[in-house]
This record gives sequence, C-alpha cells and structure tokens, in this order.
Amino acid sequence: MLSRSGHPLRIALVGNPNCGKTALFNQLTGGRQKVANYAGVTVERKEGRFTAPSGRMLQILDLPGTYSLEANSPDEQITRDVCAGSFPGEAVPDLIVCVADATNLRLHLRFVLEVKRLGRPVVLALNMMDTARQRGIVIDVPELQRRLGLPVVETVAVKRGGARGLIERVDGEVPVAVPAQPDDAASRSDLHAQVRDLLAATVTMPRTTAALDDALDRWALHPVFGLAILAVVMFLVFQVVYAAGKPMSDLIGAGFGWMGEHVAVLMPAGPLQSLVVNGLFGGLGTVIGFLPVILVLFLFILTLEESGYLPRAAFLLDRLMLSVGLTGRSFIPLLSSFACAIPGIMGTRSIQDPRDRLATILIAPLMTCSARLPVYALLIGAFIPVHLVFGVFNLQGIVLFALYLAGILGAMAVGWVMKHIRRDKNEHALLMELPSYRMPKIRDVAIGLYERGGIFMKRLTGVILGLTVLMWFISTFPAPPAGATGPAINYSFAGYLGHGLQYIFAPIGFNWQVSLALIPAFAARETAVAALATVYLVGGDAVGGLGHALAGQLSLASALSLLVWFAYAPQCMSTLAIIRRETNSWRNVAISFGYMFVLAYAASFIVYQVTRMLT
Amino acid sequence: MTPDATGGHWVYNANNSYSRHHYVRLSDLPKGAPAVVDRVDDAHQADPIAQRLRDLGFVDGEPVRVVAVGPMGGDPLLVQIGFTRFALRRAEAARVAVREEAA
Repeated sequence: MLSRSGHPLRIALVGNPNCGKTALFNQLTGGRQKVANYAGVTVERKEGRFTAPSGRMLQILDLPGTYSLEANSPDEQITRDVCAGSFPGEAVPDLIVCVADATNLRLHLRFVLEVKRLGRPVVLALNMMDTARQRGIVIDVPELQRRLGLPVVETVAVKRGGARGLIERVDGEVPVAVPAQPDDAASRSDLHAQVRDLLAATVTMPRTTAALDDALDRWALHPVFGLAILAVVMFLVFQVVYAAGKPMSDLIGAGFGWMGEHVAVLMPAGPLQSLVVNGLFGGLGTVIGFLPVILVLFLFILTLEESGYLPRAAFLLDRLMLSVGLTGRSFIPLLSSFACAIPGIMGTRSIQDPRDRLATILIAPLMTCSARLPVYALLIGAFIPVHLVFGVFNLQGIVLFALYLAGILGAMAVGWVMKHIRRDKNEHALLMELPSYRMPKIRDVAIGLYERGGIFMKRLTGVILGLTVLMWFISTFPAPPAGATGPAINYSFAGYLGHGLQYIFAPIGFNWQVSLALIPAFAARETAVAALATVYLVGGDAVGGLGHALAGQLSLASALSLLVWFAYAPQCMSTLAIIRRETNSWRNVAISFGYMFVLAYAASFIVYQVTRMLT
Repeated sequence: MTPDATGGHWVYNANNSYSRHHYVRLSDLPKGAPAVVDRVDDAHQADPIAQRLRDLGFVDGEPVRVVAVGPMGGDPLLVQIGFTRFALRRAEAARVAVREEAA
C-alpha cells in the first residue's frame, strides 16, 4: 500500500551524532541499504526500504548526524536542507524521525526542539532506553510527549525487536505537524531554557555521567597510561593485519596466478593468452588481493569507532597532529596507511571537517605501506652490507628504519607546508564529543564491513582492472622482432617509454632498465621486483639471483636513490583511483601525483648526488 | 555590571542582593574545579565555533568542569557540560567565560 500521494512513505532519520541513529537504521532496514553520495558532494547517502506490518512500503533516509540545524559543514547542510525540503533532487520527507539518546537528553532535546520548529511531522525516538534504565534514569514519557506536542516512542536500536514501537508508530497515521516557528538568535537561546524546563519536569538522573565511562577514561585518557594503551591497541591491530590479512592477500594473488596458468594451458600461446594470464588474472589477483587487508583494517576501525575508543585516541593525539596542520582524527587513517593507503584514505570518512579530511588524504600515501617492503627488501639485501653499527645494530635494519622514518618526516613536512600555503587559514574546531563506551554490535560492524568492501569492489575493480590491462598492453606490444635477443618488454611501448624516461631520471641515477621497471610498478609497487627480474633477464623471480644481478649493474648511489624514490613516489594507481573516488575530484589526484613526484625526485636527487660525492 | 580591579563583576541578583563573581576563561579553569558558564564570546564576527558552542549547551547558568587534559601541552581539554563530554582545544575553550563556584 502506498501513502495517499502515491509514493512509499518517505522517512528521514535525524539526530545528534552518537544517538545510535545508524544502529536504528540498520535495525529497521537490515542489509537492504543503498549507499551512494548526495548529488555533487562527497557526503555519503544511505537509504533503505522495508515493508511495514500493514503492507505499506517505507523508504528511510539516514541523514548525517548533526548537533544543530545551523550547519557548519557540508554534511550538516545536507541534513538541514533535506529536512527543510530545499535540497535539490531530494524529495521532501513525509515524516521526520528524530532520534535522541535517552541518557544524553540535555544535549539531544535541544536538537529535537529545533527540528520541531521546522513545522513538519516529527516523531521522537528515545533511543538507548535499556542503558538509561540501567543507569537509573527515569523518564516520564507521557509527560514528555504532552509537553513536546510530539509522539514519543522508546527504542533500543541494538536489541532485536527494539524498534517495534517505532515501526508501529510510523506505520500508523502520520502525525500532524506543529506550525513552523521563526528561527532567530533570541529563540535559539530560548531552546536551552525550554530543555531545562522539560528535563526538570520529566527526567530524573542519579548522576550526569556513566560510572563506567569515568572509570575507563581515567585510564584511557591518562597522559602516560592512555598513550601506552593506545600503543598496545595499535600494535595488536598491526599484528593481526600482518598475521591474517597479508597471508590471505598473498594467497589470493597466488590463487589467481595458479588459475591463470591453468587457463593458459587451454589456450593457444599468443597475445590473447597473455592478456588472459597476465592482464586479466594478474590484474584481478592484484585488486582482490587488497581486500583481506582492507577488511581486517576496517574490522578494527569500525570496532574502535563503535566502541567509542576512536575519539579517545583522537583526543590523545590531537595536539601532535595539529602541529602539522591535521587533527587528532587523522591519526587512525594515517596509521592504517602503513598497511595500505586504500583503507587509510577510505577511513578518513570519520573526519567531518572537509579541509582536515583532504589534508589527511593527501599525505596518507607517504606512509610506508606493506607493498613497498618487497622492493625495500630486494634493494637493501643487494646493496647494504650486513654490518654491525656500534656492535649491536644491523646496518640493513637501520636503513629500513630510516626509510619508514623518511615517510613519516616527509608527511609531517608536507602537512606543515600545506598548513602554510592553503587558502583557508581559518580556525577549524575540534569540538569533539567523547561518547559513552559501548559494546560494538556484530550486526553494525558487519554491515559497515560489507559496505566498505562493496565500495572497493564495485567502484574500483573496473578502474584498476582497466589500468592493469592497459599496463599489460603497453608492456606486450609491439612484439619483439624475429631474432631479437633482449627481453621482450624492451621492444614494447613500455620499452620506448622506459628509454625515454631515462633522460628524465638520469640526474637521480636511474638507467633505462630501472626507468622501465617503474612503469609496471605504477600498477602495484611489488611488481617492480618482477619487472626488474624481467629486464635484467633473470630467470624466475629468485630474489637472490636478482639481487646479485642488481649489485653488479647499479651503483650504491643509484640503489639508495631508488629506495628513496619508492618512499615518496606517486604510487600506486589504486591509491590514486581511491583518491579520485573519495574526493570526487581529478584535481586532487593531480595535486597528489604532482607533489609526490616533485618530492620523490628532489629527495632522490639529493641522495644520489650526495652519495656519489662521498663514494 | 561594572568590571573591578580584580577582573570580577558585581552582579545584581534576583533576590535583591549584590554578589561578586570572578570570571575566568574555561581554558584557564583548573582541572576538576566546578564552575558555571557565563557566556560565549565570538572570536571574530559571526564566529561559527562560538555559535556551535552555544548550541552544544555552553549557555548562561550551565554547570561546567574540566575533567581531563591532553598529554601534550595540556591540550585539548575534556569538558563536562550537561550530560556530555566534549574535547575542546584551548583556543575553543578560551571563548567560554565561566564563573567559579566559590561563593
């Protein structure tokens, strides 16, 4: 059954951040959600449908959380405009469901009053009623309903059937809207007085905060123990990423390689076979190989976010991040980028401020991701002697550490420079709520994981696969002439490109072989090892043999320069694709590529020339 | 209200008495000291941060307390207002004038 005007009943969910709105949305719609962006902006739009017991179709829009309709950011503007019915391309909601945390009514009721003044039909969902009862909070719901003049229902978003009262209410008659009221400074301060009166008349609270939060925060926010706890949490995350995510990624890569080989047997040798084996299966292996690392990292990010710990981590590190033009919330995405920049960049969605978010996205690729390790291992093994420094430190280890440090220092420098050259030098506030600690619900984490995985697979697979096939094409065609003695890639477009690039890269010490290997490395860094093996005509990719060949062909200065190049170079194309997707702008991709190229070139130039002078 | 030498203000109360309040910036309030918000001052014209602070409940008469400070340079501050805790940088907290609950 449709509503009277002939469309499904359109419901907009609004509420303060941390009111449990998204959990309620998940409860109502289950996995049946459509995630996209609002037209023209990079704010996530989540919509779901379900059929009410009466058979009526309900269409629910989960609007971005906001403290006020006086919007300060693009996502808050969307909430304001959709509620007011003035957002282009969005239908006016038939009903607004305003969600409020029953344990935090001093803050949340003010927003309820603000929404009520819009003059649209509103239902108030008092969420987290179970927690409120546990904490001894007593709410006189009938009296609250009478004084507000709005229907009030109790919900427990995290419990099965916890939204039943809400479903029954929205399935019934749409409540009559109260007339719209003017919005001016005087009436805004009135709202606080009204909230105080409402609270005095309808709510009794034994204490203002949860005892558990106070106890946990004494440790979690402690200047010494807090930082120690954060370090332990992050250490565990990385242990799991490398113990579970990375082997799974390698397994997937190997699996696609194996499948490619077996398909190859069925096909005649030739360009088509090469396309299928190297282009298609190789490309799919690369793309899907990212997935386990992304999912493991997001499992942690979502769990930390749901539990309320993420803002605590941001609190501890805000000052440090602010000194390089970022915010405390940048920390977790940047740390994730040490495994892979893709989940790191996707994780910046927890940064509400667009300027801080973009700054974090731009420097995330400078963190040393796990794909750089094979290249580092090869070059360090070939050129840096196993030599003890001060009798205890291995020189190879010191060089590896220096490369990680170079990434971090480079990121800090870039952040600092951006802070000083960007046009928007206004103060951007932290103003971050530290919500109550909560046990993360499996369903909410699972839905979040499914969404992130889906975004990666749907939006990126095509782009990355296309680029991989393009890379295959330019490395394969034209085929080497009959009787050719050099490696096949030498005669291809990539070969010409590599020979051309060596003039650009000569000042930083790269010969044509290295320049050529950089082309496939753009698809995925770790393929640089295989590419070097190919151009140096080393059978297989036996790293020992390749290391030996490299040591004979490259000078120490060139090798160090190449290491530094990999620390800063604009790579990989999957990262650039995700920047395009998350910022919806090719300009940001160009900025990202451009600054990293200049940074890598300058750093490699200095390292090459200085090493040559010293050796 | 007339400012006096100590930076406090004489306030005429509803019960026909005068009392002297000391105003301090929330950023200068010692950790744990109970206080009451007096007002939020705009750092510049049409200051969105000040407006947001007012929306979050930093309004006259609201009890407020600094419950924790960040490990680096005592920044940011964790501030309890109403039933909620907000992390504010010192520059944000400096917009809030509070009265210490001494009397």
